[in-house]
Amino acid sequence: MKAIFDFIQNQILGMRWLDTLIGNLLGATGLDLGNRWVGSLRFFLFDTIKILILLCVLIFLISYIQSFFPPERAKRTLSRVRGVWANVGAALLGTVTPFCSCSSIPLFIGFTSAGLPIGVTFSFLISSPMVDLGSLLVITGIFGAKIAVLYVICGLIIAVLGGLLIEKLHMERYLEDVIVTTRLAEVAQQKLTAHERLRFAAEAMTDTFKKVFPYVLAGVAIGAVIHNWIPESWVVAVLGSKNPFGVVLATLIGTPMYADIFGTIPVAEALFAKGARLGSVVAFMMSVTTLSLPSMMMLRRAIKPKLLALFITICVVGIIAIGYLFNALQGVI
Amino acid sequence: MSEKEKTILVDENSTCFPSGAMPHYDIKHEEVSAQPERILVLGAGCPKCRALEQTVIKSLDEMNETLAVGHVTDYAEMAKYGVMSTPALVIDGKVVSAGRVLNQKDVVRLLKENL
Repeated sequence: MKAIFDFIQNQILGMRWLDTLIGNLLGATGLDLGNRWVGSLRFFLFDTIKILILLCVLIFLISYIQSFFPPERAKRTLSRVRGVWANVGAALLGTVTPFCSCSSIPLFIGFTSAGLPIGVTFSFLISSPMVDLGSLLVITGIFGAKIAVLYVICGLIIAVLGGLLIEKLHMERYLEDVIVTTRLAEVAQQKLTAHERLRFAAEAMTDTFKKVFPYVLAGVAIGAVIHNWIPESWVVAVLGSKNPFGVVLATLIGTPMYADIFGTIPVAEALFAKGARLGSVVAFMMSVTTLSLPSMMMLRRAIKPKLLALFITICVVGIIAIGYLFNALQGVI
Repeated sequence: MSEKEKTILVDENSTCFPSGAMPHYDIKHEEVSAQPERILVLGAGCPKCRALEQTVIKSLDEMNETLAVGHVTDYAEMAKYGVMSTPALVIDGKVVSAGRVLNQKDVVRLLKENL
Protein backbone atom coordinates (compact mmCIF):
# COMPACT_ATOMS: atom_id res chain seq x y z
CA MET A 1 0.00 0.00 0.00
CA LYS A 2 2.74 2.42 1.00
CA ALA A 3 4.71 1.46 -2.11
CA ILE A 4 1.72 2.32 -4.30
CA PHE A 5 1.23 5.59 -2.50
CA ASP A 6 4.90 6.55 -2.80
CA PHE A 7 4.81 5.67 -6.48
CA ILE A 8 1.84 8.00 -7.06
CA GLN A 9 3.44 10.77 -5.05
CA ASN A 10 6.94 10.57 -6.50
CA GLN A 11 6.48 9.30 -10.01
CA ILE A 12 2.98 10.35 -11.09
CA LEU A 13 2.49 13.65 -9.27
CA GLY A 14 6.17 14.36 -8.68
CA MET A 15 7.34 13.04 -12.08
CA ARG A 16 10.81 11.95 -10.95
CA TRP A 17 11.03 9.83 -14.10
CA LEU A 18 11.00 13.01 -16.18
CA ASP A 19 13.91 14.48 -14.23
CA THR A 20 15.89 11.27 -14.76
CA LEU A 21 15.01 11.30 -18.45
CA ILE A 22 16.07 14.93 -18.91
CA GLY A 23 19.25 14.28 -16.91
CA ASN A 24 20.07 11.30 -19.15
CA LEU A 25 19.33 13.23 -22.33
CA LEU A 26 21.49 16.18 -21.26
CA GLY A 27 24.21 13.74 -20.17
CA ALA A 28 24.00 11.94 -23.53
CA THR A 29 24.70 15.21 -25.38
CA GLY A 30 28.01 15.32 -23.51
CA LEU A 31 27.05 18.14 -21.14
CA ASP A 32 28.51 18.09 -17.65
CA LEU A 33 25.59 17.67 -15.26
CA GLY A 34 27.64 19.16 -12.44
CA ASN A 35 27.98 22.46 -14.29
CA ARG A 36 25.72 25.19 -12.92
CA TRP A 37 24.44 26.31 -16.33
CA VAL A 38 23.53 22.75 -17.18
CA GLY A 39 21.92 22.46 -13.74
CA SER A 40 19.80 25.56 -14.40
CA LEU A 41 18.84 24.23 -17.82
CA ARG A 42 17.87 20.88 -16.35
CA PHE A 43 15.75 22.51 -13.64
CA PHE A 44 14.12 24.80 -16.20
CA LEU A 45 13.29 21.99 -18.66
CA PHE A 46 12.11 19.58 -15.99
CA ASP A 47 9.98 22.06 -14.10
CA THR A 48 8.41 23.66 -17.17
CA ILE A 49 7.43 20.32 -18.68
CA LYS A 50 6.32 18.91 -15.34
CA ILE A 51 4.17 21.87 -14.42
CA LEU A 52 2.61 22.14 -17.86
CA ILE A 53 1.70 18.43 -17.87
CA LEU A 54 0.32 18.68 -14.33
CA LEU A 55 -1.52 21.85 -15.24
CA CYS A 56 -3.26 20.34 -18.27
CA VAL A 57 -4.24 17.08 -16.62
CA LEU A 58 -5.26 18.64 -13.33
CA ILE A 59 -7.19 21.59 -14.74
CA PHE A 60 -9.09 19.20 -17.00
CA LEU A 61 -10.03 16.88 -14.14
CA ILE A 62 -10.76 19.69 -11.74
CA SER A 63 -12.91 21.61 -14.22
CA TYR A 64 -14.91 18.48 -14.90
CA ILE A 65 -15.59 18.13 -11.17
CA GLN A 66 -16.29 21.87 -10.90
CA SER A 67 -18.93 21.69 -13.62
CA PHE A 68 -21.10 19.91 -11.04
CA PHE A 69 -20.78 22.83 -8.64
CA PRO A 70 -21.88 26.08 -10.29
CA PRO A 71 -22.13 29.05 -7.90
CA GLU A 72 -25.92 28.83 -8.09
CA ARG A 73 -25.66 25.42 -6.50
CA ALA A 74 -23.45 26.72 -3.69
CA LYS A 75 -26.04 29.43 -3.10
CA ARG A 76 -28.92 26.94 -2.91
CA THR A 77 -27.04 24.48 -0.70
CA LEU A 78 -25.83 27.13 1.72
CA SER A 79 -29.21 28.81 2.08
CA ARG A 80 -30.46 25.58 3.66
CA VAL A 81 -27.77 25.47 6.36
CA ARG A 82 -27.52 27.59 9.49
CA GLY A 83 -24.81 28.66 11.92
CA VAL A 84 -21.22 27.47 11.87
CA TRP A 85 -22.06 24.65 9.48
CA ALA A 86 -22.97 27.21 6.85
CA ASN A 87 -19.45 28.64 7.19
CA VAL A 88 -17.92 25.17 7.01
CA GLY A 89 -20.05 24.39 3.97
CA ALA A 90 -19.08 27.67 2.32
CA ALA A 91 -15.37 27.02 2.93
CA LEU A 92 -15.69 23.51 1.46
CA LEU A 93 -17.76 24.64 -1.53
CA GLY A 94 -15.22 27.41 -2.11
CA THR A 95 -12.68 24.72 -2.96
CA VAL A 96 -14.78 23.14 -5.74
CA THR A 97 -16.85 25.99 -7.17
CA PRO A 98 -15.32 27.50 -10.31
CA PHE A 99 -14.80 31.13 -9.50
CA CYS A 100 -12.79 33.98 -10.94
CA SER A 101 -12.38 37.23 -9.05
CA CYS A 102 -14.09 39.07 -11.94
CA SER A 103 -17.30 37.39 -10.81
CA SER A 104 -16.94 38.29 -7.13
CA ILE A 105 -19.61 40.99 -7.24
CA PRO A 106 -22.36 38.99 -9.01
CA LEU A 107 -21.54 36.13 -6.67
CA PHE A 108 -21.76 38.40 -3.65
CA ILE A 109 -25.11 39.76 -4.87
CA GLY A 110 -26.36 36.22 -5.43
CA PHE A 111 -25.35 35.00 -1.97
CA THR A 112 -26.72 38.09 -0.24
CA SER A 113 -30.06 37.96 -2.07
CA ALA A 114 -30.40 34.32 -1.07
CA GLY A 115 -30.28 35.54 2.54
CA LEU A 116 -26.83 34.15 3.32
CA PRO A 117 -25.15 35.94 6.23
CA ILE A 118 -22.12 38.03 5.33
CA GLY A 119 -19.81 35.68 7.26
CA VAL A 120 -20.80 32.73 5.10
CA THR A 121 -20.06 34.68 1.92
CA PHE A 122 -16.65 35.57 3.32
CA SER A 123 -15.87 31.98 4.29
CA PHE A 124 -16.45 31.21 0.61
CA LEU A 125 -14.43 34.20 -0.63
CA ILE A 126 -11.44 33.34 1.59
CA SER A 127 -11.38 29.63 0.86
CA SER A 128 -11.98 29.91 -2.87
CA PRO A 129 -8.59 31.33 -3.88
CA MET A 130 -6.67 29.98 -0.87
CA VAL A 131 -7.42 26.31 -1.16
CA ASP A 132 -8.54 24.55 -4.27
CA LEU A 133 -8.20 21.09 -5.73
CA GLY A 134 -5.28 22.31 -7.85
CA SER A 135 -3.15 23.35 -4.88
CA LEU A 136 -3.95 20.12 -3.03
CA LEU A 137 -2.65 18.00 -5.92
CA VAL A 138 0.29 20.23 -6.88
CA ILE A 139 1.52 20.46 -3.28
CA THR A 140 1.16 16.68 -2.91
CA GLY A 141 3.45 16.25 -5.91
CA ILE A 142 6.12 18.58 -4.55
CA PHE A 143 5.93 18.45 -0.77
CA GLY A 144 4.05 15.24 -0.14
CA ALA A 145 0.50 14.35 0.85
CA LYS A 146 0.78 15.15 4.57
CA ILE A 147 1.83 18.72 3.95
CA ALA A 148 -0.81 19.14 1.25
CA VAL A 149 -3.62 17.89 3.46
CA LEU A 150 -2.46 20.06 6.35
CA TYR A 151 -2.30 23.05 3.99
CA VAL A 152 -5.90 22.50 2.93
CA ILE A 153 -7.15 21.97 6.48
CA CYS A 154 -5.42 25.13 7.70
CA GLY A 155 -6.84 27.12 4.80
CA LEU A 156 -10.35 25.88 5.56
CA ILE A 157 -9.94 26.78 9.23
CA ILE A 158 -8.94 30.36 8.36
CA ALA A 159 -11.91 30.61 5.99
CA VAL A 160 -14.35 29.43 8.67
CA LEU A 161 -12.87 31.53 11.50
CA GLY A 162 -12.52 34.60 9.28
CA GLY A 163 -16.15 34.33 8.20
CA LEU A 164 -17.32 33.90 11.80
CA LEU A 165 -15.31 36.93 12.92
CA ILE A 166 -16.77 39.12 10.17
CA GLU A 167 -20.21 37.88 11.21
CA LYS A 168 -19.61 38.62 14.90
CA LEU A 169 -18.40 42.15 14.19
CA HIS A 170 -21.61 42.85 12.21
CA MET A 171 -19.75 44.09 9.19
CA GLU A 172 -22.94 44.18 7.06
CA ARG A 173 -22.92 47.95 7.28
CA TYR A 174 -19.72 48.03 5.28
CA LEU A 175 -21.25 46.43 2.22
CA GLU A 176 -21.61 48.64 -0.83
CA ASP A 177 -25.18 49.60 -1.73
CA VAL A 178 -25.14 47.59 -4.94
CA ILE A 179 -24.78 44.40 -2.89
CA VAL A 180 -27.50 45.25 -0.39
CA THR A 181 -30.13 46.66 -2.73
CA THR A 182 -29.77 44.38 -5.74
CA ARG A 183 -31.86 41.23 -5.90
CA LEU A 184 -30.71 38.41 -8.06
CA ALA A 185 -33.45 37.11 -10.31
CA GLU A 186 -34.21 33.40 -9.99
CA VAL A 187 -33.55 31.67 -13.25
CA ALA A 188 -34.06 28.00 -14.01
CA GLN A 189 -30.70 26.27 -14.36
CA GLN A 190 -29.90 24.28 -17.43
CA LYS A 191 -28.71 20.75 -16.82
CA LEU A 192 -25.41 20.00 -18.49
CA THR A 193 -24.85 16.79 -20.40
CA ALA A 194 -21.66 14.74 -19.90
CA HIS A 195 -20.52 15.94 -23.31
CA GLU A 196 -21.00 19.58 -22.29
CA ARG A 197 -19.06 18.97 -19.09
CA LEU A 198 -16.14 17.55 -21.07
CA ARG A 199 -16.29 20.52 -23.41
CA PHE A 200 -16.34 22.86 -20.42
CA ALA A 201 -13.32 21.08 -18.92
CA ALA A 202 -11.41 21.26 -22.20
CA GLU A 203 -12.21 24.97 -22.56
CA ALA A 204 -11.14 25.69 -18.99
CA MET A 205 -7.90 23.79 -19.63
CA THR A 206 -7.00 25.80 -22.76
CA ASP A 207 -8.05 29.07 -21.10
CA THR A 208 -6.02 28.45 -17.97
CA PHE A 209 -3.07 27.22 -20.01
CA LYS A 210 -2.97 30.44 -22.02
CA LYS A 211 -3.46 32.60 -18.96
CA VAL A 212 -0.99 30.84 -16.72
CA PHE A 213 1.76 29.94 -19.20
CA PRO A 214 3.76 33.20 -18.81
CA TYR A 215 3.54 32.93 -15.03
CA VAL A 216 4.82 29.36 -15.14
CA LEU A 217 7.77 30.37 -17.33
CA ALA A 218 8.57 33.32 -15.08
CA GLY A 219 8.16 31.18 -11.97
CA VAL A 220 10.38 28.41 -13.33
CA ALA A 221 13.01 30.90 -14.51
CA ILE A 222 13.14 32.48 -11.04
CA GLY A 223 13.18 28.98 -9.57
CA ALA A 224 16.08 27.95 -11.82
CA VAL A 225 18.09 31.01 -10.76
CA ILE A 226 17.43 30.31 -7.08
CA HIS A 227 18.16 26.63 -7.59
CA ASN A 228 21.60 27.07 -9.11
CA TRP A 229 22.89 30.58 -8.50
CA ILE A 230 21.66 32.00 -5.22
CA PRO A 231 23.94 30.85 -2.40
CA GLU A 232 22.21 28.65 0.11
CA SER A 233 23.47 30.83 2.94
CA TRP A 234 21.46 33.81 1.62
CA VAL A 235 18.22 31.87 1.46
CA VAL A 236 18.85 30.41 4.91
CA ALA A 237 19.61 33.87 6.29
CA VAL A 238 16.41 35.43 4.93
CA LEU A 239 13.86 32.61 4.93
CA GLY A 240 15.59 29.89 6.92
CA SER A 241 16.13 29.09 10.55
CA LYS A 242 18.37 32.16 11.03
CA ASN A 243 15.51 34.59 10.55
CA PRO A 244 12.59 34.33 12.98
CA PHE A 245 10.62 36.78 10.80
CA GLY A 246 11.03 34.77 7.58
CA VAL A 247 7.34 33.85 7.62
CA VAL A 248 6.21 37.45 8.02
CA LEU A 249 8.54 38.58 5.26
CA ALA A 250 7.40 35.83 2.89
CA THR A 251 3.73 36.68 3.54
CA LEU A 252 4.17 40.41 3.01
CA ILE A 253 6.09 39.88 -0.23
CA GLY A 254 3.50 37.44 -1.51
CA THR A 255 0.40 39.47 -0.65
CA PRO A 256 0.29 42.02 -3.51
CA MET A 257 1.57 39.54 -6.10
CA TYR A 258 -0.79 38.03 -8.62
CA ALA A 259 -0.12 34.47 -9.71
CA ASP A 260 -1.73 31.14 -9.21
CA ILE A 261 -0.42 27.96 -7.66
CA PHE A 262 1.19 26.78 -10.90
CA GLY A 263 3.37 29.89 -11.19
CA THR A 264 4.17 29.95 -7.48
CA ILE A 265 5.20 26.35 -7.01
CA PRO A 266 8.58 26.40 -8.86
CA VAL A 267 9.74 29.37 -6.79
CA ALA A 268 8.53 27.72 -3.59
CA GLU A 269 10.17 24.44 -4.54
CA ALA A 270 13.53 26.05 -5.28
CA LEU A 271 13.49 28.14 -2.09
CA PHE A 272 12.70 25.02 -0.07
CA ALA A 273 15.53 23.06 -1.70
CA LYS A 274 17.88 25.92 -0.79
CA GLY A 275 17.10 25.78 2.91
CA ALA A 276 14.09 28.08 3.30
CA ARG A 277 11.94 26.83 6.15
CA LEU A 278 8.72 25.05 5.26
CA GLY A 279 6.56 27.66 7.01
CA SER A 280 8.06 30.54 5.01
CA VAL A 281 7.53 28.66 1.77
CA VAL A 282 3.93 27.74 2.63
CA ALA A 283 3.18 31.32 3.74
CA PHE A 284 4.59 32.61 0.45
CA MET A 285 2.48 30.23 -1.66
CA MET A 286 -0.68 31.00 0.30
CA SER A 287 -0.29 34.76 0.24
CA VAL A 288 0.45 34.85 -3.49
CA THR A 289 -2.59 32.75 -4.38
CA THR A 290 -5.05 34.21 -1.86
CA LEU A 291 -4.53 37.94 -2.09
CA SER A 292 -3.49 40.14 -4.97
CA LEU A 293 -3.88 43.80 -5.82
CA PRO A 294 -6.28 43.16 -8.72
CA SER A 295 -8.58 40.97 -6.63
CA MET A 296 -8.55 43.50 -3.77
CA MET A 297 -9.54 46.25 -6.17
CA MET A 298 -12.34 44.08 -7.50
CA LEU A 299 -13.60 43.35 -4.00
CA ARG A 300 -13.43 47.04 -3.12
CA ARG A 301 -16.42 47.55 -5.44
CA ALA A 302 -18.50 45.24 -3.25
CA ILE A 303 -17.31 46.23 0.21
CA LYS A 304 -16.22 49.44 1.90
CA PRO A 305 -12.57 50.08 2.88
CA LYS A 306 -13.01 49.05 6.53
CA LEU A 307 -14.33 45.62 5.65
CA LEU A 308 -11.73 45.22 2.92
CA ALA A 309 -9.01 46.05 5.46
CA LEU A 310 -10.46 43.51 7.88
CA PHE A 311 -10.59 40.87 5.14
CA ILE A 312 -6.94 41.49 4.21
CA THR A 313 -5.90 41.47 7.88
CA ILE A 314 -7.66 38.15 8.53
CA CYS A 315 -5.95 36.55 5.54
CA VAL A 316 -2.49 37.96 6.33
CA VAL A 317 -2.62 37.13 10.06
CA GLY A 318 -4.03 33.67 9.29
CA ILE A 319 -1.33 32.93 6.73
CA ILE A 320 1.42 34.07 9.11
CA ALA A 321 -0.02 31.83 11.84
CA ILE A 322 -0.09 28.89 9.43
CA GLY A 323 3.51 29.65 8.46
CA TYR A 324 4.68 29.44 12.06
CA LEU A 325 2.65 26.27 12.58
CA PHE A 326 4.36 24.63 9.60
CA ASN A 327 7.75 25.77 10.91
CA ALA A 328 6.98 24.20 14.26
CA LEU A 329 5.89 21.00 12.57
CA GLN A 330 8.81 20.81 10.11
CA GLY A 331 10.74 17.70 10.93
CA VAL A 332 7.72 16.16 12.64
CA ILE A 333 5.62 15.75 9.48
CA MET B 1 -31.58 55.72 -13.98
CA SER B 2 -33.44 55.15 -17.22
CA GLU B 3 -33.28 51.90 -19.15
CA LYS B 4 -31.16 53.62 -21.76
CA GLU B 5 -28.51 54.63 -19.31
CA LYS B 6 -28.19 51.18 -17.87
CA THR B 7 -27.04 49.61 -21.10
CA ILE B 8 -23.55 50.87 -21.28
CA LEU B 9 -21.39 50.47 -24.31
CA VAL B 10 -17.79 50.28 -23.35
CA ASP B 11 -15.17 51.32 -25.82
CA GLU B 12 -12.79 48.56 -26.79
CA ASN B 13 -9.71 50.33 -25.51
CA SER B 14 -10.87 50.65 -21.96
CA THR B 15 -8.41 49.41 -19.38
CA CYS B 16 -9.22 46.02 -18.14
CA PHE B 17 -8.80 44.09 -14.93
CA PRO B 18 -6.40 42.52 -14.13
CA SER B 19 -3.86 43.63 -16.72
CA GLY B 20 -4.19 47.33 -16.08
CA ALA B 21 -5.46 49.69 -13.48
CA MET B 22 -8.91 49.35 -12.00
CA PRO B 23 -11.47 49.72 -14.75
CA HIS B 24 -13.54 52.81 -14.33
CA TYR B 25 -16.58 53.04 -16.50
CA ASP B 26 -18.08 56.38 -17.13
CA ILE B 27 -21.55 56.14 -18.43
CA LYS B 28 -21.31 57.03 -22.06
CA HIS B 29 -24.14 57.81 -24.35
CA GLU B 30 -22.27 57.82 -27.60
CA GLU B 31 -23.86 54.68 -28.92
CA VAL B 32 -27.06 54.31 -27.00
CA SER B 33 -29.59 53.13 -29.52
CA ALA B 34 -33.28 53.82 -29.40
CA GLN B 35 -34.01 50.11 -29.16
CA PRO B 36 -32.26 47.95 -26.57
CA GLU B 37 -29.86 45.50 -28.18
CA ARG B 38 -31.14 41.98 -28.69
CA ILE B 39 -27.73 40.55 -27.90
CA LEU B 40 -26.00 41.46 -24.66
CA VAL B 41 -22.68 40.47 -23.14
CA LEU B 42 -22.79 40.70 -19.34
CA GLY B 43 -19.53 41.31 -17.52
CA ALA B 44 -17.58 43.99 -15.74
CA GLY B 45 -14.97 44.32 -18.45
CA CYS B 46 -12.48 41.64 -17.47
CA PRO B 47 -10.42 40.13 -20.31
CA LYS B 48 -12.80 37.16 -20.51
CA CYS B 49 -15.81 39.41 -21.04
CA ARG B 50 -14.07 41.29 -23.81
CA ALA B 51 -13.01 38.03 -25.42
CA LEU B 52 -16.63 36.87 -25.46
CA GLU B 53 -17.79 40.18 -26.90
CA GLN B 54 -15.23 39.94 -29.70
CA THR B 55 -16.29 36.37 -30.48
CA VAL B 56 -19.94 37.44 -30.67
CA ILE B 57 -19.08 40.30 -33.04
CA LYS B 58 -17.05 37.93 -35.26
CA SER B 59 -19.85 35.36 -35.20
CA LEU B 60 -22.39 37.96 -36.28
CA ASP B 61 -20.06 38.96 -39.13
CA GLU B 62 -19.78 35.33 -40.17
CA MET B 63 -23.57 35.07 -40.22
CA ASN B 64 -23.88 38.39 -42.10
CA GLU B 65 -26.03 39.79 -39.32
CA THR B 66 -25.85 43.49 -38.57
CA LEU B 67 -27.22 43.39 -35.03
CA ALA B 68 -25.51 45.53 -32.42
CA VAL B 69 -23.98 43.92 -29.36
CA GLY B 70 -24.60 45.59 -26.01
CA HIS B 71 -22.19 45.25 -23.10
CA VAL B 72 -23.79 45.38 -19.67
CA THR B 73 -21.31 46.33 -16.96
CA ASP B 74 -23.84 47.42 -14.36
CA TYR B 75 -24.15 44.78 -11.64
CA ALA B 76 -27.74 45.62 -10.74
CA GLU B 77 -28.68 45.17 -14.39
CA MET B 78 -26.81 41.84 -14.55
CA ALA B 79 -28.64 40.59 -11.47
CA LYS B 80 -31.95 40.98 -13.32
CA TYR B 81 -30.82 38.15 -15.51
CA GLY B 82 -29.98 35.96 -12.51
CA VAL B 83 -26.33 35.76 -13.54
CA MET B 84 -23.76 34.81 -10.87
CA SER B 85 -20.77 34.16 -13.06
CA THR B 86 -19.51 36.35 -15.85
CA PRO B 87 -19.16 36.65 -18.76
CA ALA B 88 -22.71 35.81 -19.73
CA LEU B 89 -24.45 35.98 -23.07
CA VAL B 90 -28.06 37.11 -23.29
CA ILE B 91 -30.14 36.82 -26.45
CA ASP B 92 -33.57 38.44 -26.48
CA GLY B 93 -33.66 38.55 -22.70
CA LYS B 94 -32.68 34.91 -22.24
CA VAL B 95 -29.38 33.88 -20.63
CA VAL B 96 -27.91 31.32 -23.03
CA SER B 97 -24.50 30.97 -21.37
CA ALA B 98 -22.83 32.10 -18.14
CA GLY B 99 -19.29 31.89 -16.82
CA ARG B 100 -17.77 30.74 -20.09
CA VAL B 101 -15.78 32.25 -22.91
CA LEU B 102 -17.58 30.50 -25.73
CA ASN B 103 -15.85 29.69 -28.98
CA GLN B 104 -17.15 31.01 -32.26
CA LYS B 105 -18.81 27.75 -33.23
CA ASP B 106 -20.85 27.72 -30.03
CA VAL B 107 -21.79 31.37 -30.35
CA VAL B 108 -22.98 30.87 -33.94
CA ARG B 109 -25.04 27.88 -32.83
CA LEU B 110 -26.57 29.79 -29.92
CA LEU B 111 -27.33 32.79 -32.13
CA LYS B 112 -28.99 30.58 -34.74
CA GLU B 113 -31.04 28.81 -32.09
CA ASN B 114 -32.17 31.91 -30.29
CA LEU B 115 -32.50 34.76 -32.80
